[in-house]
Amino acid sequence: MKFRWLPALLLFVVGSVAVLSSQPPSSPALTLFSKDGRRTLPLTLTNDQELVALDDLASTFQLRVQESLGAITVSYKGRTIVLTPDQSLASVSGRLISLPAPPTRAGRRWLVPVEFISRALTPIYDTRLDLRKSSHLLVIGDLRVPRVTVRYDALGASARLTIDATPRADSTVSQDNQRILIKLDADGLDLAAALPTPGPQGLVTAVRLLDQTTIVADVGPRFGGLKATLQPVDNTARQVIDLLAQTDTAQAAPGAAPAPAPTPTPAPATPELPPAFGAPISPIRTIAIDPGHGGDDDGARSASGTKEKDITLAVARRAKTFLEARLGIRVLLTREDDKTLGLDDRSAIANNNKADLFISLHANASLRRTTAGASIFYARFDKDDAARAPAAGAERVPTFGGGLRDIELVPWDLAQIRHIDQSTTFATMLQEQLTQKVPLTPHPVDSAPMRVLESANMPAVVVELGYLTNADQEKLLASDTFQTTFVQSLYDAVVRYRDSLTAAGGTR
Amino acid sequence: MTRGRLFVGVIVAIVAVGLGWLLFVTLPKRYGGGPTNAVSAAPSTTPAPPGRKIKARLFYLAEDGEHLASAEQEVAYGEGPVAQAREIVAAQLAAVAEPLVSPIPAGTNVRALYISDRGDAYVDLSREVSSAHPGGTTSELLTIYAIVDALTVNLPAVRAVQILVDGKEQDTLAGHVDLRRPLEKNLELVQ
Repeated sequence: MKFRWLPALLLFVVGSVAVLSSQPPSSPALTLFSKDGRRTLPLTLTNDQELVALDDLASTFQLRVQESLGAITVSYKGRTIVLTPDQSLASVSGRLISLPAPPTRAGRRWLVPVEFISRALTPIYDTRLDLRKSSHLLVIGDLRVPRVTVRYDALGASARLTIDATPRADSTVSQDNQRILIKLDADGLDLAAALPTPGPQGLVTAVRLLDQTTIVADVGPRFGGLKATLQPVDNTARQVIDLLAQTDTAQAAPGAAPAPAPTPTPAPATPELPPAFGAPISPIRTIAIDPGHGGDDDGARSASGTKEKDITLAVARRAKTFLEARLGIRVLLTREDDKTLGLDDRSAIANNNKADLFISLHANASLRRTTAGASIFYARFDKDDAARAPAAGAERVPTFGGGLRDIELVPWDLAQIRHIDQSTTFATMLQEQLTQKVPLTPHPVDSAPMRVLESANMPAVVVELGYLTNADQEKLLASDTFQTTFVQSLYDAVVRYRDSLTAAGGTR
Repeated sequence: MTRGRLFVGVIVAIVAVGLGWLLFVTLPKRYGGGPTNAVSAAPSTTPAPPGRKIKARLFYLAEDGEHLASAEQEVAYGEGPVAQAREIVAAQLAAVAEPLVSPIPAGTNVRALYISDRGDAYVDLSREVSSAHPGGTTSELLTIYAIVDALTVNLPAVRAVQILVDGKEQDTLAGHVDLRRPLEKNLELVQ
């Protein structure tokens, strides 16, 4: 029992020898990043477990380490962590936490798994500690150190550099002789993955780190020009740099605008994809279309028996085919056939698939047979609801396996609150595209406490295509011409909305 | 030990009976009656029954079918906000004669009505309000806001209105408008 650590030690010795004999000796180290600069702490690798010496941590973080009665007590400003040799459970201010391995003795020092920092030290320490285990980085204090990944894609005569910074950090791109400099607005960079190595023949010959916040790409003699676009993608700021070879520069100057889709014909057999080179990556990648009602729930019915659920499904299917073919994006339907589906399930499908836009299709009904026209609704919340929603912002929580993560806590039924502005923008754009193409009500855009929109965590609208209770409208809604025209207008609105987002994302 | 337990049991029983009496006898008497299903006569079409009347703004379907149009009507006087609220809702639900068109499905009755301390009125309607509803976002909005506005416009004590159906909280009436929370006055739908 007492010598349970022996095999581990033996393995460590053998492992160390093996590592030392292989070249180069990549001795792992933890880089500490704080306001005062950088320093490193040596790490020891045992059984695939990275261990750090407790006395190194003690001197770095002003901890007191005492060993008595078979326990190791680590204290900081009156708060204590109690470790037990051979046990991977530890007590942190009286609360039990688990470590991936027990403390191990190495000579006169105690080694603890590197997760000790995130799971035991972080809860009792005054300053924020953010352990990035995979990149061997420990950020101390409120520094902006985004995770940065750099990708290089050679595309025939052209090439593309994609730099993702999470959480979002703006970056500026400049050119200096045979170098492209990408300067990030941050205190440091967490390069989670290795930088690409393009090779001497490419437009870019090498990518390296120039200083703590600047990435530099060396360009080869064929390099002619570049176009950089910065846009947000979820919590990431994506800088896309398109590089052109010298002969291509003249043609590629104006960013190819999306074709304005002139004819109201159904989806073309051949998609217009791939998007023209130089166009920014679309901020709309997934659209959820929700055919209202279904299954047991017919929705509204016309006098002759046309059901809302059938009209909405038919239009949704057309929209899916058309938008996917024209835009090359994913369009998912909340129901593909005539089935019953709850309102929460509909928004959940959109949320779970990270849709960028949610469009719920319906047909209207009125007690007056003459009422006619399409209308668009976005969500409406009363003052009380708005007060229930927390101020926009994220909460930092420890994650399983160590480290911290920002999560946003929004009540499920109020998720739409922060998208209202964008929902209104899209509703207005859709109305403008529909005007003079399909009959609209006198005030086609309105807000209402729509149940299906409230939980949607993306810009979302309900479209009422027209009134089934009006005999003329019923015929119209069921017609090919109307459905095609509507889908074409929807496409035009999505393109306009996408372009407005791209422009707001900061094309440079 | 057994005696002690018996004593505690007796106390619990007494408290339970007391609470039950308070809950089922005193409070309902005080706060506007049980599910009586009574519908007061249509204020505009039938001769006013003897007794005191108040004037209230009620809401009907506008000519365009997309809005509410308000009309001042005589409504039976009710003693206190709860009784008065009940009279107003009953008048709003009542059948009307041309040219007025009610935005609420025919046959809908008020089963019960309560007003909370913070001014949220809970209006329990019979199932027809949902089962006989023609559907469609617009007509659903008009049904709901006719009732919400009839109470919030006429009674300062009512801040917001939550509609229940057959004594239960509902998601929606016909699949569109969220009924899980009390709704505040919305005059944008009124012409």
